[in-house]
This record gives sequence, C-alpha cells and structure tokens, in this order.
Amino acid sequence: MFAFIVRRFIQAIFVMLIISLVGFLIQHNIGDPVRDLVGERVTPAEREVIRDQLGLNDPFYVQFARFVKKAGKGDLGLSFFYKKPALEVIVSKAPATIELVIVTAIILIIVSIPAGIYSAIYPKSWFSRIIMAFSTVGVAIPVFLTAIALIYLFAVELNWLPSYGRGETVNLWGWESGFFTWDGLKHLVLPSISLSSVMLPLFIRLVRAEMMEVLETEYIKFAWAKGLHRRRVWFIHAFKNTLLPVITVFGVQLGILFAFTILTETVFQWQGMGFMFLEAVERSDTSLLVAYLVVVGAIFVSVNTVVDIVYGFVNPMVRIAGTK
Amino acid sequence: MSHLLEVKDLEVKFALRSGELTAIDGVSFTLDKRERLGIVGESGAGKSVTGFAIINLLSRPGYISAGKILFEGQELHRLSEEEIRKIRGDRISMIFQDPMMTLNPVLTVSTQMVETVLAHRNVSKADARDLSLEKLKTVYIPSPEKRLSQYPHECSGGMRQRIAVAIALLTNPSLIIADEPSTALDVTIQAGIMDLLLELCETEDMSLILITHDLAVVSQVTEKIVVMYAGKIVESGSTETIIHDPKHPYTKGLIKALPGSLQPGSRLNQIPGMMPTLTDIPRGCAFHPRCTIKDTVCQMEIPALISVDDHDRMTACHMVKRTIR
Amino acid sequence: MRTWDRFKKSYLLYSFKRDPIAIISFSVLSVFVIISILAPVVAPYNTYDSSTFDIMDGETPPAWMEGGSKTFMLGTDIQGRDLLSTMIYGLRVSLLIGVGAVLFQSFVGILVGLLSGYLGGKLDAFLMRLTDIQFSIPYLIVAIFTSAIFKLAFGVGRYAELAVPLLIVIIGAAHWPIYARTVRASVLGEKNKEYVEAARVIGIGRWQIMFRHVLPNTLTPVLVISTIQVAENVMSEAALSFLGLGMPITKPSLGSLIRSGFEYIFSGSWWITFFPGVLLIIFILVILLLGDWLRDVLNPKLYKG
Repeated sequence: MFAFIVRRFIQAIFVMLIISLVGFLIQHNIGDPVRDLVGERVTPAEREVIRDQLGLNDPFYVQFARFVKKAGKGDLGLSFFYKKPALEVIVSKAPATIELVIVTAIILIIVSIPAGIYSAIYPKSWFSRIIMAFSTVGVAIPVFLTAIALIYLFAVELNWLPSYGRGETVNLWGWESGFFTWDGLKHLVLPSISLSSVMLPLFIRLVRAEMMEVLETEYIKFAWAKGLHRRRVWFIHAFKNTLLPVITVFGVQLGILFAFTILTETVFQWQGMGFMFLEAVERSDTSLLVAYLVVVGAIFVSVNTVVDIVYGFVNPMVRIAGTK
Repeated sequence: MSHLLEVKDLEVKFALRSGELTAIDGVSFTLDKRERLGIVGESGAGKSVTGFAIINLLSRPGYISAGKILFEGQELHRLSEEEIRKIRGDRISMIFQDPMMTLNPVLTVSTQMVETVLAHRNVSKADARDLSLEKLKTVYIPSPEKRLSQYPHECSGGMRQRIAVAIALLTNPSLIIADEPSTALDVTIQAGIMDLLLELCETEDMSLILITHDLAVVSQVTEKIVVMYAGKIVESGSTETIIHDPKHPYTKGLIKALPGSLQPGSRLNQIPGMMPTLTDIPRGCAFHPRCTIKDTVCQMEIPALISVDDHDRMTACHMVKRTIR
Repeated sequence: MRTWDRFKKSYLLYSFKRDPIAIISFSVLSVFVIISILAPVVAPYNTYDSSTFDIMDGETPPAWMEGGSKTFMLGTDIQGRDLLSTMIYGLRVSLLIGVGAVLFQSFVGILVGLLSGYLGGKLDAFLMRLTDIQFSIPYLIVAIFTSAIFKLAFGVGRYAELAVPLLIVIIGAAHWPIYARTVRASVLGEKNKEYVEAARVIGIGRWQIMFRHVLPNTLTPVLVISTIQVAENVMSEAALSFLGLGMPITKPSLGSLIRSGFEYIFSGSWWITFFPGVLLIIFILVILLLGDWLRDVLNPKLYKG
C-alpha cells in the first residue's frame, strides 16, 4: 500500500513539472513581464535595463528553474490588470467557484443515485423510460444552452430567481461565502442546476448500469435465496458494490466539472475563477493566465491522486491483494 | 403418505425476443423427509433451472409455464413474492456452486450470517450472532470467532463453502438444495463437503437435493437419482439401481465414462457428440443423434418416462420399452 | 459493385432498416449535410459577405410575429443578418470543423496507436505516458487554454482569419488520445493473430505489415468512435465560440450566434439565441444517436458507456 502511494506521488510531481514547463513557456514567449511591471510608457533603453534586472536575458533553464522555485513559494507573477500578485487574485476568486462546484456535486448525488437505482430495479416502468430518454437527449444539450434556457424561464419570464452574479455574500475570514444569506443561496440555484446538467445524464446512466450489473451477480442471487427482504438486498448488498466504480468516475469527472464552470460562470457572470480566466484572455493578462494553468493543474493532479488512494482504501480487495 | 416435496410436470420457459425456449419439460419427482436426491446431467441439461424453479428464483426471462411444486403441503409456484421469501432461506436453503461469487465481497461473514437469521426470526442481534457461531462450529470451521469478523476473500475456498453450508443451516431448514457445491473445489475438499452434507442430513433431520454432473459424487451421497438430458428426465430410480444397472443409453454412457471402471492405460470412454442447445433440440428423442441403438421411431416420437422393471425405476427410451414386452 | 452488393446484404443495413431511430437520425443528418454543402445555393443570403446586410435591419423578429417580414424568415441578428442564412452557414462551419478535427485526431491518433501498439517497448511506454497525462486533463480545458493562448499569440485579427484551420487543430489536439488508445488496444489484439505471424514469416517488412495488414483490421473501432467524436467536436467548437475563443462574429458558427444573441434575450429578441440553439441541439443529437446505434451494431460488448 505504501509503495502504491509513493508511486502515485511521484507521478503527480512529474505531471506538475510538465504543467509548469508549459506555463513557463507561455509566459516566456507571449507575456511581457516588463510591461506587467512598469506599464507601457518606458523607453527601450530603460526596458533593457529592467530586463537584465529581472534576469530575462539569462539562459532558458536558469529562468525555468527560477520559475519553478518561485511557483513553489507561491509567487506566480503579477497580474497586469489587477496590479496584484496573480495567486492572490486567483485565491480571492476561488471560493465562488468552489461553492458552485460543491452545490452542483450535492445536486448530482441527490438526483443521480436514486434515479439510477430506481431505473435499474424497475427498468420497464414509464418513469425509468423518461429518465433514460432525458439522459440520452441531455448529453446533446450544451451547458450554456441549458443555462440560457433556465435564465429565460426563471429569471426573465417568471422572475423567480436572479439571472446573474452571486448576490449577497458573507465574508468568513477572507472566504466570501454565498451560503449564509437567502440572496446568496438564491443566486446559487440556477448556476448549479445548469452545471449539474452537464454530468447528470452520465451519472444516472452510470449508476443504473452498475446497479444492473450488480443485480445479476451470483451473490445477489444468493441473497435472494437466503430470503432477505427486498430493501436489504437492494440497499445493503447491491448498493455498496455499485458505489465503488461510481466513486472513481466521480473523482475523474470532478475535473471535467471544473472545466465546465468556465462556461457556466460566463453565462451567469459568476465571479469565480473561470470567469476570471476569460477576462484575463480578453485583457491579455498573461501572468494571470499562466497562474490559472498552474493552480488548476495542481488541483487536478491532487484530486486524481487522492481519488486513486481513497479507492484503494474503500475497496478491501485492493487493500489486501493489490500491492502488485 | 405425503411427500416433503412433490414436483409434478414442471415446465420452465425462457421468453426471449426471438421466441420462447423450453428449458425444462415435464419434470416430475418426489422427495421425502431425510431423503437425498441427486439431479444429474451435463451443463445446460436443465438441472440448475429445476433447482431454482423450486424456490422461484429464475433469472428474468425465465418463468414457470406449467406444472406444480408442492412443499410441506403448500403450492410454491402460487405463492406471492413475500410468501415465498419467507420460505427461501428458512424452510428451503440453497447452496451455490462457487462460494467466492456467492458471498458478498464487501460484507463480513458475520453480517451475512446475522442478516439471514434476522430475516426469518425475531431475535436480537446478539442471539443471531451466537446462533451463527454455533452453526460455524457445526460445520467444523476452526476459530469460528475469528471467521465472523473476516471478509470472504480472507478465507480459503473450502472454508467459504462451509460457511455457505452454515448459512444454509441457520434456520434449520427441511430441505437443502445444493447446486454443484463442490465443482469449484479440489477433490479432497470436495470429499469433505460431501461428507459434511451427508452427516448433516442425519443429524439435522434434513432432505437434500444434490444437483451435479459428477456421477461419482452422486453415487456416494444420494439415495435416489434423476438423470436429465436436454430439459427432460431420461431415467430415474434409486441410486443403487441406476449406477449398477443403467438402462437408458445416455445413463449407460455416463457410467461408462467414469474413469473408475477402467483398466489403467486404457482410453476413456466418451459419448460422441454434444448435448444440443435449447434452440436446436432434435425431433423425437433428444438423445438420438448420439445414440448407438437408435431406430426410426426414435427420430419421430418423444419417448415417455415409464417403468421398465419391478425396481422403482423409470426410463424414457423406445428401445428399452421394446425389451419389456 | 461487389462491395455495394455485400453492403446491401450486410447485417448493418438489416439492423438499420429495423431501427426507426437510426433511420430518422440518418435522414435528418443527411438533410443537414446537404444543406451545408449547398449553402451558397440554399441560403437566402450570403451572410459572410458584409455587403448583403444592413445594420438598420437589426433585431427584426421572425416572419410570423409582429414586426417581422417575409424577407427574413427567422428574423435577423443584431447586425442585420438574416438569421436563417447565418444559421445555415454556421451549421456548415460547425460541420466542417467537426469533421476536419476528426480527420486530424484520427490521423494523429492512429499513427500514435499503431506505432505504440506494434513496435512496443520504450516508444510505447513513452507515448502512453503522454496519452495518460493528456487524459488526466479534461479536454475542454485543453481546448479553451490552447485557443486562449493562440488568440493571444496571433492577435484578434489574425486569429479570426485563421479561425477554421486553427480550431480544427485545437479541437483535434484536445481529443486525439482516445483514438490513440483505441487503436493501440486493437493493434495489440491483432498483433498476435496468425496473419501477422504469416506475413512476418514470408518476410514482409515491419512497416508494410503495420500499415497494410494490421491497420485495416483496426478500423472498425475507429469508425465507431469517429461518429461520436464528430458530435463531441461540434460541441467543443460551440463552447469555444460561445466563449469568444472560436469563430468570430463576422463568420459566426452556431455557438457564436448564441453568444451574440444572449445579451438580447433580456430585451426581448429571443430568436437570435433560440433558433441557433435548437438547431445545434438537434444536430448534435442526431449525430450522437447515429453513433450510438453504430456502436451497438458493430460492437455490442465493447465501448459501452
């Protein structure tokens, strides 16, 4: 088990290095750190001096090493637009995205698990057929269209829910949270429903497929042969075995969910990291872009690594048999 | 005298998109208290289906299309889902072939035993646990306390099968249906399980239906045999009679195929050809393509299961029928 | 002709004729494809040519509503372009990019998968590492990031000019790993079959074996994933365009149209977003349904879910 964890870690670090390399290359070739620092109005001569001072005329690998070292310490450069360290900007926007993802994950779990299990146990019922039809069609609908449709219905026509922004937030030790006010919560509804529509079809089908497979196994048959109550067979015997693959997929999909926050935040003008990224593109704020790449890359790598390790714990067979 | 179990003209069909297939056709037999019956045949002959049909555990497209199943006076095939649930695991227990697949890998042995007790008896968890411990001892599992808190994959194959037997015993059932209980195990362990079952039938006052393709095992454990081929019974009678004096060509072929009867170094006797699949059952007697003594009538008419001598044995073969006149 | 006869008698055609969803999807898709190819002929106006529209016509509602007119069947967008025509050209661009990207992906993916699977060894390990790493990053992030970088590097004007080929490359680059993996798995399976052994014994060179013997046998799975990939690519392109990183507003695709129409739903001009949106959904849906059917017919056990 320990060897397994160590190996995953090394792989994670390797990937991070590559991401840093890409980020560095971008910054090196596209951005203009001199402009980031002192703006546009400097003479070419002054520029050269500053370039030397910043070490921009040093050889490639020296600069890269410096980049990695600084990144390790949390210094990812200065945001041209915000005039603040890039990392600080990202961190200030992170809570918005994270809260959105949390609420979306909750919606996914609450909806897909019961729907999937029900349609696995009663595949021919009309309700199951509707669920399956919905999930087939749902895959074809891009998230931004769902978002726009929701906005049109609930914000423009019915005027029940707000159509943009986070609403009122409460500052808890630097974390701007929308969870604690009615207004904040209202603002969370449409964006999280939109975001969940991306993954909902997939998860419903996944839970249903896994559950159906489990229900055909010998040990479920044995459980029936023992004369156990239906609910016990479904929810204790079948469900636990269905969960394992679902958890793995969930971990991987969390990353993709993150990618889709960019689209959702754009529609709702949600002041999170995704929206920040697009604004940075529009403003040619390279440092912020690169910082985003590094941070998001780090998040993916860590989540993937953690999920792999957690799976090792949850599945008792892997734990004991799997040190191959 | 009423029997413990009476199966009359049982017919099981599979409703597929391409049509209906008959898996078992006209199977009948009886079982009394403490009797041990063997249902013998190759894979696909319908023996497991028969076993599952008794407790109505057929996999989805399968259903009982005709016949009666009478157990302790009740018509099992007419019972509601909840009523048959009460019988399963309580009055009739089942043991499956591969214990690795039958025990749920993510639940402990204790959980899987206690839940069976609690599903049928109104006792406390602690009492259920004690009962489980007691049954583990009955099947001779060493350090039973330890076993309870283990997961199935932490026990060996033979051990797992004993646990399955212990689970079957928890409610003191009248009948145990054992579906190929020793096929997945090696020979020595196999013998152990068979001995165990034999002993338990005596001590626990149970009947046994042993479903297997292994004639050798059947000859040692059972008192009556039913031989199945392509969904029908081709011969039935007491174990003694069938093993020492088989009349049906198929049964004869099976006995001859047992390596025990040969001289060392000689070739094994095989029945040429293969048993037909459900979709290609030949006209007339299903065995005729592989039979050495067939005649024209065998290709046209399905032979009836009739008594051919004064032992209580029945055979379904036109050629054998001719010899009794 | 023989191939056509074989096709007529094949299982493929047989199950196609029995599946209403496949038939409907295929028909709808064919209509779309034909309209796209014949766009200059079919569309009422050529909206890529800025002389054909006038901003004064902007925001005209669809013909059946008040204020609409027959000259613009589905209304106009904010710049005065006929919505129907723009949608047709947009569909064409989306299709072009979707298929173009698939060609790119399959070319790169097949090459990588073939070399990796057949030659094995360190090359295989290296290429698979590469694939794994790209797999661990969501494709959308790759696409968004790459297009953002390109946009910054090329500048807005140049980027707009090169949009179509750039998008093909960007979207292609985001999705090639799936092809590589699929082909590699196929190749690994084929490698051990007798005909490869036989070819080697006769003395046919490695490269010939790879390309002329093994490759054709690995193409069935490629065909299966290609259909679904077209849909994925179209969705990616729509997403990029919606974010402003894809087709520019001067040569809009369906995604760009939706983007430009979005702000105007509040002021009531809902059709600018609605019609392109519906068309996009139907387009993607029929491709997906067709892809699903194809997968079920060709390979019932593999690639499910």
